[in-house]
Amino acid sequence: MSPVIHIFKREFSAYMVSPVAYIVISVFLIITGWFFFTPFFLQNQATLRNFFSLLPLVFAFVVPAITMRLLSEEFSVGSYETLLTLPVTFSDVILGKFLAATGFTAVMLAPTLMYPVTVSVLGTLDWGPVLGGYIGALLLGAAFSAIGLLASSLTRNQIVAFIVGTAICFGLCLIDKMLFFLPQSLLGFFEYLGADFHFQNIAKGILDTRDILYFISVGFIGLYGANLAMREKC
Amino acid sequence: MIHVENLTRYYDDFCAVDGIHLDIQKGEILGLLGPNGAGKTTTLRMLTGYLQPTAGQIQVADFTIGPDTLEIKKRIGYLPESAPLYHDMIVYDYLNYVADIRELKSEQKLSRIHELAQLCALNTVMHKTIGELSKGFKQRVGLAHALMNDPEILVLDEPTSGLDPNQIVEIREIIRKIGREKTIILSTHILSEAEATCDRIAIIHQGKIVADGSTQSIKQSAGRERTIYITLENADFPEVRQRLETVDGVVQIEKRVHPDSNFLDIKITVSSDADIRKDIYQIIRQSNWLLLEFRQETQTLEHIFRELTLEN
Repeated sequence: MSPVIHIFKREFSAYMVSPVAYIVISVFLIITGWFFFTPFFLQNQATLRNFFSLLPLVFAFVVPAITMRLLSEEFSVGSYETLLTLPVTFSDVILGKFLAATGFTAVMLAPTLMYPVTVSVLGTLDWGPVLGGYIGALLLGAAFSAIGLLASSLTRNQIVAFIVGTAICFGLCLIDKMLFFLPQSLLGFFEYLGADFHFQNIAKGILDTRDILYFISVGFIGLYGANLAMREKC
Repeated sequence: MIHVENLTRYYDDFCAVDGIHLDIQKGEILGLLGPNGAGKTTTLRMLTGYLQPTAGQIQVADFTIGPDTLEIKKRIGYLPESAPLYHDMIVYDYLNYVADIRELKSEQKLSRIHELAQLCALNTVMHKTIGELSKGFKQRVGLAHALMNDPEILVLDEPTSGLDPNQIVEIREIIRKIGREKTIILSTHILSEAEATCDRIAIIHQGKIVADGSTQSIKQSAGRERTIYITLENADFPEVRQRLETVDGVVQIEKRVHPDSNFLDIKITVSSDADIRKDIYQIIRQSNWLLLEFRQETQTLEHIFRELTLEN
């Protein structure tokens, strides 16, 4: 078996035994739960649109908090040296850690499956957009994990890694909200860069290859950048 | 087994390792000695594939660092300085994880972990988190980590630093036990340790190797000077000097201050290879001096180390 699987297993179980992970999950569930259910009964509509429209912004803060320790902690403890002198390559390390962070994001997302179940009891729910929304959420989580990993590869300080990661993710979420500042010729280009724009497309239930390609590209750029940063260190 | 040629490493403008040549035979225990910041750790890090050399070549068996780094990593077990391991993992889980990455078969895994626990005396701490272990135990977990796949080459960076005397003896015993079959490279700045455990010693200073060879040959090449110390009673210095100067090979005779003025302490520096102790004793026997102490010292490793690394 490839070292990727073993690194993934170690990182994932490291998440599951650490208290920080459960704090992050709790905070995530409280915030999304509060903002979803507060207006839900006022609007009186059986839809998860509120939940999904807020998700990118919440992820922009929560995912970098998950990924910040991935490499920074190894740098500061020194275990990075022990890890890299085992027979592994840079890509093994990065892929293993990336998959662990994405997997943990999925675990964090799992309890929110109670929302559509609750809503479908209260009214008739259109399951198409919900399915699209969860696929989009996983893609978004993966792309942000890659960016968070890149931020973590740049510094030995976890706080710095968190702030850098959040800044990039938050920026990607907000780009398409600030388009009115820009000349018309650049609109299409900047709109295409926005993570929120692509996520909302998928959350409508439309699986467009352009949107999927966008998340894959962001993920790839993040992982490739992390790879370069690790090479730079040796 | 290991062939290092013109190995050089710069950190920005600072040259940490400056054109090192080394050949290490199979089954040899090599000790890298040097003051702090001499380039020992950097050299070891390049040998294990963690750092890229700025220039030069490293060959391990038939593999070269660079293209075949992965193959070399499979053959080297490495214990970095102060054993940086995952603090939040349980010892057993950690060893299990290393065994997985080292591609041990699942049926071998358990027996190998048991073996290593026995060898490194880890049985009592297998269920503890690494973070709560004492330094000596952490070091032993690190050693078990390095030995996991029974590597041909073992690289240890200051394996005994920061340990108490009992732990040092234990770790040394383990190293000697392993060293019967394996090639071991260890770095240290404790000279007695190098003398006790290593077949061969290389002294590094400012990124260069300034001495390389067995302990004996380093001592010899550093100069053949010997020193003889004598303590006499019932003798006065001018007379002693006059008589002893007649012996062949005596370079210098000095009087040393002795707390009791009845005794005469003398230091004789000898240049030649010849053992002149007999001649000196004959002279003393012919006189009516009382001989209280008579000893000869050759150059100690400490002396050589200081001489080689203190210049500038």
